[in-house]
This record gives sequence, C-alpha cells and structure tokens, in this order.
Amino acid sequence: MNIPKFPLSRYIDNLLDFLTDHLAWFTKGASEIMSTAMDYAIDALLAVPSWLFILVVGAVAYKIVGKRMAVGTIIGLYFLDNLHLWEPTIETLVLVLIATMVAVLIGIPLGILAAIYDGAHRVIMPLLDFMQTMPAFVYLIPAIPFFGLGPVAAIFSTVIFAMPPAIRLTSLGIRQVPADLVEAADSYGCNRRQKLMKLQLPLAMPTIMAGVNQTIMLALSMVVIAAMIGAGGLGGEVWKAIQRLQPGKGFEAGIGIVIIAMILDRFTSKFGHNKSAD
Amino acid sequence: MDVSSETPRPKMQVRNLYKVFGSAPEAAIEMLKRGVSKDEILDKTAQSVGLADVNFDVYDGEILVIMGLSGSGKSTLVRCLNRLIEPSKGSIVLDDCEITKLNTEGLRKLRRKKFGMIFQHFALFPHRTVQENAEFGLEVQGEDKQSRMEKARDALKQVGLEGWEDSYPGQLSGGMQQRVGLARGLAVNPDILLMDEAFSALDPLIRRDMQHELVELQDRFKKTIIFITHDLDEALEIGDRIILMKDGRIVQIGSPEEILTNPANDYVERFIENVDMTKVLTASSVMTRSKSVAYPKDGLRTMLHKMRDSGISSIFVVNRDKTLLGLVMAQDCNDALKSGSNKTIDDILIRNIPTTNLDEPVTNLIAIMAEANLPLPVVSEQGKLHGVIVRGSLLAGIAEGGLTPEPVDEKKVEVAS
Repeated sequence: MNIPKFPLSRYIDNLLDFLTDHLAWFTKGASEIMSTAMDYAIDALLAVPSWLFILVVGAVAYKIVGKRMAVGTIIGLYFLDNLHLWEPTIETLVLVLIATMVAVLIGIPLGILAAIYDGAHRVIMPLLDFMQTMPAFVYLIPAIPFFGLGPVAAIFSTVIFAMPPAIRLTSLGIRQVPADLVEAADSYGCNRRQKLMKLQLPLAMPTIMAGVNQTIMLALSMVVIAAMIGAGGLGGEVWKAIQRLQPGKGFEAGIGIVIIAMILDRFTSKFGHNKSAD
Repeated sequence: MDVSSETPRPKMQVRNLYKVFGSAPEAAIEMLKRGVSKDEILDKTAQSVGLADVNFDVYDGEILVIMGLSGSGKSTLVRCLNRLIEPSKGSIVLDDCEITKLNTEGLRKLRRKKFGMIFQHFALFPHRTVQENAEFGLEVQGEDKQSRMEKARDALKQVGLEGWEDSYPGQLSGGMQQRVGLARGLAVNPDILLMDEAFSALDPLIRRDMQHELVELQDRFKKTIIFITHDLDEALEIGDRIILMKDGRIVQIGSPEEILTNPANDYVERFIENVDMTKVLTASSVMTRSKSVAYPKDGLRTMLHKMRDSGISSIFVVNRDKTLLGLVMAQDCNDALKSGSNKTIDDILIRNIPTTNLDEPVTNLIAIMAEANLPLPVVSEQGKLHGVIVRGSLLAGIAEGGLTPEPVDEKKVEVAS
C-alpha cells in the first residue's frame, strides 16, 4: 500500500499564486496608499510634543475613567518616553488602532448577520473556530505576496487574527436579548431595522464592547508577531532584541507593550460597562 | 332588562382556529376533527396541539377574559390574534380586515395601529426611560417627537405615573413597572388591548388594585380588552365574559355568573369549586320574584287582599312600567281602613325605602340584610323593580351557588291585580 501524499500544500500555493497573480496589482496599490497614509498619521502624531500628547491622553482618561486612571496613564506614557521608546510606541498605537478599526468595521456587521440569520450563523461560526485555532504566524506568510513586507501586510494578518471576538460577541450579545423583549418589539410592529436599532444593539452594547476590547488585545499581541514581516513599532524593538540577544532592550519594549495594553484595556472596558451600570 | 338587546356586530371574529406545533400540522388537524385527543396526537404524530377548533367573538368595549390552566392554549391563542404565533388554520377577522390573510407589511401596520400588548413579565426596555418606554409604539409608527411625547405623557398620567417619566424601569416596583407596560399599550390608542397574564407576576394586594384600576380605565375609555389569566378570581373580578379553555379547546363561554351557576361540564365545575360565592354572586342571582305587587290605582282593600293571598306583611307599589314607587305595610293598611277616614294609598305609602342594584355583590347585601327587617327590592338603573331579596333567599342563594334568576313574571302580576 502506497498512498501518495495529498498535495494540500501545492494546492494552497497554487491558489495563492493564482490570487496574487490576479489581485496583487490591486492589493499592492492599496498597500502603497495605506502605508503612505499611515506614515502621515504617524508623522503627524510624532509632530506633537510628547509631553502634550501625554497630557491630552491623561485628560481624556480623567474624563472617561477617573483620576487613578489618569495618573497611571500619564506615568506609564512618560516612562515610555523616558526609555526613548516614544516613536515605536506611536507606531504601535497607530497599527493597533487601524487594525482594530478595520476588524470592528467588518466584524460587527458580520456578527449582526450571524445573529439574525441562522444560515449565516452556521457558516460564520466554524470559520471563526478555524481562524482562531490556526497559528497566528501562518497568516503572515500569504500577507507578504499580497501586500509586500511592511505595516500593511501586518495589519492584514492582524485583522484576520483579531476579528473573531468582535463577530462572536456581537452575535452573542444580540442573541442574548431576552425573547420577551423581542416579542414586545414585534407586537408593536417593529420592522427588522427598528428592532435592531431600538432594542437589540443597545442591549447588546456591553457585550459588543467586550468583543471590541478582546479584539484590541488580540491586535496588540499580533502586532508584535507581525514585526517579523516588518510591522515596526514596539514589536519591532522586541524582534530586534531577539535577533541581537539583548534581553534588557527586549524587556523594555515588552513592558512598553504591557503599558499600552493596560491603557487600551481600561479605556474600552469602561465603555463596555457604562450602560449596564445604570 | 327592558333595554332592547339587539346583538351588536362583533369587533373581532375567530373561526375554526387551529394551531399545531410541528412539521405536519395538516394530519394533526384532521385527527382533531375526528375527535382524537391531544395526547394521542402527540404520541402518534409527534405534533403538539396548541389550539383546536377555537371559535369566539369579541365585542366592542368589553373585557373578555380567556382563562385556563397552564398548557391550555390561552397564551397561544392571544398570540395568534396578532400572529406573533402563526395559526395553522382558520380565520381571524378584525372589523373588516382578515388578519389571517395579511402579508408581512400589512401585519406590521395592523400591529402598530390596532393592538397594544401587555406582558406577564412586563417586557419593558431596560435601556429606555419610563417616558421612552411609553413612547415606543408611537416611535415605531414614525410619529414626530412632540406629539408622541404628549401622548405618552398622557398615557402615563392615566396609569398614575406622573413624575416618574425620567426613571428607568429597573428603579420601579413590579406594580409600577406593569403600569408602564399598560401606558405603553394605551399610548398607541389601540382598538384592542391584549393582556397576557398581565397581573400574574404581581403580589396579591397590588394585583387587586391593578384589577380595579383596569376596570375603571375600561369604564372611562371603553377599550376592548382581551385578558389572559389562569386565576378564576381575577377572571370573575374583571371579566364581562369569560372563555374557559382546556387542552387547546374552548370549554365554555359565558358571563361570570353563567359559568358559576351553569358549569358546562365537570372540568368547569372543578375549576369553580373553590370560589368564594359571596364575592361573585350578585343581587340578581339571589333575588326572588316578588310574589305580588300593587299599583297606585289599587284600593286599600285590594292591597290587603293581595298581601293576605301571598302571605306577606308588606307589598311593593309599582307603576304600570314597573317603576318602583314605594312600600305599603299591611299594618298601616289595616289601621287606615279601621279608622274609617278616607285615606288613600298616598297617605300610607313609604317612599324612602332602601333598594339595591342588579349587580350589587352579595357580600354587600349581607350587611344590609342583617339590619333590615323588610324585604330589599332589587331595581334596575331606570328604577324598575326586578325582584326582591329576603333573608331566606339570600342564604339559599349563597348555599346553592346562585339560583338562575327568574324575571318578574308579568302575566302573573297582571292576573293578581
């Protein structure tokens, strides 16, 4: 018995080749435009003096969360500035925020679809399982032929990696709206859009925000991994430290990521709990 | 009663309504028509019967109570009326609109304009204020902000929630929450209010209050209300008519008294066993026909004769159209005759006598009867004599659960005069 090896890898390569041959002109173009836009965004943020930036973020933290959060934010960010990690910090922030934005813009509508249509639910949920269990590194490989080395390829793989919680929790939040409330809305003659806007989305909001929070955290961890394909930022610093065997530098950048993660987490979880606190 | 009782055209007609939960309702409906029981159908076809051949009318301005134990199909029935649950077969006609034939858009319009629904567990929207909850139906209809605010405020005022507009439902007690639910239903000014076990989740005292207020509201606005409950006392308290359901079928339709005094079968009888009769029986069901009455033209001798004939010591005097004028005592009559003076009926007629209404609850009568020595006349709103209550008839009525009221027999009265 000699069963030949199933040529899965060749099929996938062929498929990706085919896609790159026919789509690369578009994705590469989009990549150019996006990376230029990102450069501008990063330059613009870097043009702001770091102390001013830190104070503004601190003020926002004070307004949204509270005094302790404001103090923590200011100390944390000042510490990063002090470590000469200001530029990679900003780069990482921009990467994470763009990736999160894209993931949320795609993820929430998909989550709504999965909540409303059982058919969509049956298709989307296994796909999410697949996306979440696939090792994150694998997404890096096809990103390169489409977008070339650099931040856009990093964002692409980050979006794929970070999107599932946004979809999953949006769908869950909507499905968890109590059936008697949905029935009440129906009995007063709501159409589907009214039901969604007036009832389901507002009630699902805390759950959806928990999903967004998860997405941000995943995006942050993926941005580090994506440093391998040229994402730059704090992840890039870690990657450099690994290659040069500089544990001290590696820890500095690592702590930077932790600080950013904490700040972003507190911001978004605050949004999530705003409503249910009433 | 003398009021001409031409049967009004029903507001809503439900005909041959079936609901079978399952994949092949047709087969189950055929079996139901042959009289196969619900359990047997479930065994044989795995179809669960919700409603079987339900027929009834709803009249404008009445409170129609649909009563049954859990699983009797009452909630399914009320949801079929606005098609929150799709009926398997049959027709529902509201005014001239056949609800069972509407498409999605038509159905949505119907729900917006014609129905207001109130739920057992309130189903208020927790993220909206009391005011916004009350506005909900109007908002869905697309009414502009200003007018829907006014209407919602008005509805909240009617249910006694003035000043709570900006609270959230979570901050209110159960009774108040259901008032918000009621206001949400009233605000759209629907033709029919559907109330699904609306008071069942409230504690007994609050519940009593709400029942009274509902009846009051209905008196004021003449809303047509379909009220679901599993509680017979509640049904008797608020219902103009009661539909009793069991296993998806209607067992009996009738006024509270009809159900109590003429239970259609053992099931109904078991249901009503524990009812406190004094609360639900009314004067009309314990009164007896007055044995004899006198007319103003009667002479004193005639009256005395009538009394002696019937073995009574006093007699009611009525006009030809049975309007009650007063009472004459045999003693007075006798005295007047003996004194030989030309006294007439006017001189000995006692005009200020206590009376009671046809629908006075028996509980109240007991107190009155305990004090009075005279028979108590039962009169209609127009002041016409319908019967009398004496102690004996009251006790018998309570003991037997109400006699079928016999109307005052006109011919006999005629003959007696």
